[in-house]
Amino acid sequence: MALTTPASLGGGIAAEQVRRQLTGNRSDVSGKAFQAILIAALATSIVILGVLVYDVAQTGSGTLTGRLGDFLQGSLRSQAEASGILQGLRGTFFIGVFTVVVAFPVGIASAIYLEEYARSTRLTRFIDVSIRNLAGVPSVVYGILGLAIFVKALGSFTGPDAQGRSVISAGLTLAILVLPIVIITSAEALRAVPAELREAAYGVGATTWEVTKHHVIPYAAPGILTGTVLALARALGEAAPLILVGAVTGFLSGGTGMSLDSLDERFTAMPIVITTWAGRPGADWEQATAAAIVVLLAVVLLANAIAILLRNRYEKKRG
Amino acid sequence: MTSLASNPTSYSLEDFHGSRSRMRKERIVRAVLFTAASTSIVISVAIVASLIGEAWTFVSQVELAALWTDGWFPRRGMYDVKTLVSGSLIVTVIAMAVAGPLGLGAAVYLSEYAPATVRKVVKPALEILAGIPSVVLGFFALTFLSPVIVQRLNDEATQFNIAAAGIGVGILTIPLVASISEDAMRSVPMALREASYGLGARKITTTIRVVIPAAVSGLVAAFIVAVSRAIGETMVVFIAAGATGGSLFSTDIFRPGQTMTAAMASQAAGTDQVRGAGLTFQSLFFVGMLLFLVTLVLNVLASRFVRRVRQAY
Amino acid sequence: MPDNLTREVRLMAENGSPVPRTEPAPPGVPQQAVFDVSGVAVYYGDFRAVRDVSLDVRQHEITAFIGPSGCGKSTMLRCFNRMNDLIDTARVEGDISYHGVDLYDPAVNPVEVRRRIGMVFQKPNPFPKSIYDNVAYGPKVAGAKGNLDDVVEEALQGAALWDEVKDRLKESGMSLSGGQQQRLCIARAIATDPEVLLMDEPCSALDPIATGRIEDLMVEIKERYTIIIVTHNMQQAARVSDRTAFFTTEVNEESDRRTGLLVEYADTDKIFTTPDDERTENYVTGRFG
Ligand SMILES: Nc1ncnc2c1ncn2[C@@H]1O[C@H](COP(=O)(O)OP(=O)(O)OP(=O)(O)O)[C@@H](O)[C@H]1O
Ligand SMILES: [Mg+2]
Repeated sequence: MALTTPASLGGGIAAEQVRRQLTGNRSDVSGKAFQAILIAALATSIVILGVLVYDVAQTGSGTLTGRLGDFLQGSLRSQAEASGILQGLRGTFFIGVFTVVVAFPVGIASAIYLEEYARSTRLTRFIDVSIRNLAGVPSVVYGILGLAIFVKALGSFTGPDAQGRSVISAGLTLAILVLPIVIITSAEALRAVPAELREAAYGVGATTWEVTKHHVIPYAAPGILTGTVLALARALGEAAPLILVGAVTGFLSGGTGMSLDSLDERFTAMPIVITTWAGRPGADWEQATAAAIVVLLAVVLLANAIAILLRNRYEKKRG
Repeated sequence: MTSLASNPTSYSLEDFHGSRSRMRKERIVRAVLFTAASTSIVISVAIVASLIGEAWTFVSQVELAALWTDGWFPRRGMYDVKTLVSGSLIVTVIAMAVAGPLGLGAAVYLSEYAPATVRKVVKPALEILAGIPSVVLGFFALTFLSPVIVQRLNDEATQFNIAAAGIGVGILTIPLVASISEDAMRSVPMALREASYGLGARKITTTIRVVIPAAVSGLVAAFIVAVSRAIGETMVVFIAAGATGGSLFSTDIFRPGQTMTAAMASQAAGTDQVRGAGLTFQSLFFVGMLLFLVTLVLNVLASRFVRRVRQAY
Repeated sequence: MPDNLTREVRLMAENGSPVPRTEPAPPGVPQQAVFDVSGVAVYYGDFRAVRDVSLDVRQHEITAFIGPSGCGKSTMLRCFNRMNDLIDTARVEGDISYHGVDLYDPAVNPVEVRRRIGMVFQKPNPFPKSIYDNVAYGPKVAGAKGNLDDVVEEALQGAALWDEVKDRLKESGMSLSGGQQQRLCIARAIATDPEVLLMDEPCSALDPIATGRIEDLMVEIKERYTIIIVTHNMQQAARVSDRTAFFTTEVNEESDRRTGLLVEYADTDKIFTTPDDERTENYVTGRFG
C-alpha cells in the first residue's frame, strides 16, 4: 500500500486512512487463537471444579436427603445403608482442636520471632531454611514421624490401650504438618506491616514485645487469621498421615466420646472414612462415600472461602 | 526532688538500664518465642531421625536380590524398588501433562489478558480448587475420571488404573502451577512490556517473546514444586490406582499400579502394621526415606530458581 | 512549670530514673554539650555509609544537618537514639556520648535512650489509633499509670495542636491533615518528656503553610528541648537552626558506592555566609547538588 500523506487527500479521507492504520487492518488470527487457548486452559480448570462438585453432590444427594440425621449420627457399619459418619466427624473435630491449640500458637510465635526479633544470624537462617523444607515434605512422611514418635516411642502416653494409635497422636501429627504453613503465612502477614508503624512505636521507647503486641499484631491480624484458617482446612482434609498413625479403616467400636478421657482411644476421621468407603464396591457405598465427601467439603471449602474473603476484604481496605 | 531542676545534667550508665520488671518480661517473651521458632529445627531433626533408624536396618539387612524382583510385595519379602519408582514417575508425568498446560495457560491468561473483573472471580475459584482434599480427588478419579474418560479412551482399562490417578494428581496441582507461574509473570516489570509494545509488538509476541522468557526461572520453579507435590501425593493414587496388596512391575497406565507414597499407605492400612515377613515394617521407613530425599532435592532446586527471580527484579 | 515537674516526679517514681532537665545557660556562658560525637563511621554490612563525623550538639539549640541525598544525614541522625539498631546490617564505629554516657555501651538499653531522645519522621506516621492514644502511648509504655489527660493535653499544647483537636481526641489520628498528623507525631514524641528531639525532614511531606507552623513550633520549643533536624530545605536550615553541619559524599576507595562525610560544622550564619570549605560554599550557593 502506497503511503500517502494525509495532506494530499481530503480531510475526511485522511481521517479514515489514519483510523484504519491505527486499528490495524491485518486481522490478528494467531493472537486471537492464542488467547482462545489460554481461556480454554483456565475454563477447563474451572469446569473440572464444577463437574467434581456437581458429580459428588449428585451422587451423595440421595443419602443426604433421605437419611441425613441417621447419616450424621450413625457409626461405621458393614452395610452402606446403615452407616454413618459420627466417628469420623468426632475424629476430625479433635484434629481441628489440636491444630488450633498446638499449631496456631507455636506457628504464630515462630513467625513473630523470625520477623520481629531475629537478626540474620546463621541460626535464624537455618531455622528459615528448615521451615521452607518442612513445607515441602510430603504429608505421608509426616505420617512416618507420627508413627515413630507419637505411636511407637510415646505410645504409653498418647494411647496406652490403643498402642498409641489415638486421636492424640493424629492431632499432634497434623498440627506438626501444618505448622510450616502457619509460620509462612503469618510471617508474610507480619512482613506486610509498614516499617513506619514499627519505627513510630520504637521511637517513643517501646520494647520489641510492646511494639509487636500493640501495633504489629493488630495490623497483621487479618492476614494471620487467613493463613491459620487455610492451615486448619488443610489439616481437616489430610488422610495419608492418619493412615500411618493407625486411624481405623475398618470397623470401629466406640470412637464417639467427646470427653478428654476418650482422646487416647482408637479413632477414625472423615478423610479416612471416605478412603475406606471409596474402596468398597457397589453403588450403595459410592453414594455413602459421596455423601461423606459433601459433608467434608462443606467444612473445608467453607473454611477456605472464609479465609479468601477475609483476605480480599482487607487487601482492598489497605489498598 | 527540687535538686532536679537546679542540678546540672549528668547521667550515669544506671540511668539507661530501664525498668527491671519490664526488661525481665521482654527477656521471657523473647525466650518463649525463640523456643517456638526452634521447634522447626526439632521437627526437621525428628523427621530424619524417625526415618533413618529403621531405614538403615532395612538397607543393612535386606538381601540385595530382593530389591530387584518382579514387584513390590513387602509381606512376601519382595521389595522391588523400580516398581515404586517407575510408578511414581509415570503418575508424575501424567500429572504434569495435565497440570503443566492447564496451569500455565491459566496463569498466562490471568497475568497478561484477564480483565480485573475476571481475575476477581477466577482467582478465588482456583484457590478453592487448591483447597479440595486429596481424598475427594481420589474418589473423583475412581468414580468419574476412570469410567468417563480413561475407560472410554481404552476399553481394556481396568476400573482401578494409573492413568485416572495421574490425571487426578494433575488436577490437584493445577492451582499450584497457576499461582506460582502467575506470580512469576506479574513480577516481570511493566517497563519491559511497554518497551515491547513501544516497538510495535503485538500482545502475543510480547507475552511469548518478552514476558515468558523474563519469568522463566519462576516458571521452572513452579514446575519443580508441582513435580515434588505430585511425587508426594498419596491418597489419589491409593484410592484410584488399586494395587493395595502390592504390585507387579508394570508400566501399563491402564492397569493398577503402585507409587512410593501409595505403597506406604497400603502397607500401613493393613490390619496390623507389624505383621508380615521380616523387614516389612522397616521397608515402610526405607521408602519414606527415599521419598523424603527426592522431594528435598526438588524443593531445594525450586527455591534456587525462585531466588533467581527475586534477584533479577 | 509545675505541670512538668509533677510529671517528672511521676515518671521518676515509676521508673526510678528521672529525666534531668536544666534551664538554658545564662547569656555568655557556653551551652553544655548534649552529644559528643567523635570519629563516627556507620556501616551497612560492608558498605561504609558515612565516615569521620565529629561534632558536639549543644543544649537548647537547633542543630541542622544538610547535604546532598545519600550523604548519610538520616543514618547519622538515627545513631543518636539507636534507631539503627533496628536495621540488621547497621554497625556504628567511634564514640557517641550523651551527657558523658557512651550511648553504645552494652549496658545501655536502647529503649531508655529512645524515651529520652524522641524522634519525628519524614512521613507523618501516627498509629492507627485515636489522637488521645497516640499521645498517651509513650508515657503508658514507660510505666505511667492512672489518668493521662494532663499529659496528653500538655503534649498537644506543646505541639500547637491542642486547639484544633481538643474536641475530637477520640477520633483516629489518621483522620487529621498531613500537617496536623506531623504535629501529632511531635506531640507523641514530647509526651514522654524527652530532652532531645530528632527530626528527619519533618516538613518534606507538608505544604508551605504547614511547614511554617512546624518551623515556628521548633523555635518555640527549643527552650525546653534540644533539636537536631535533617533538612533539604536550606532556607529552613538558615531560618531555624543555630548551628549547621554540612555533609557531602565522596567516591569510596573500596567500592563504587559513595560514602558520606562531615565537611564543616559551625554556626549557621557562618555556614551560609562565610564557610571555610569550598564544598560547603558551592552547596549553599546552589552551585552543586
Ligand atoms: N537500611 C540500609 N541498608 C543499606 N544501606 C542503607 C540503608 N539505609 C541507608 N543506606 C545507604 O546509606 C547511605 C546514606 O543514606 P541516608 O539515608 O543516611 O542518606 P540521607 O543523607 O538521609 O539521604 P536523603 O537526603 O536522600 O534522605 C546511602 O548510600 C544509602 O543508600
Ligand atoms: Mg534521609
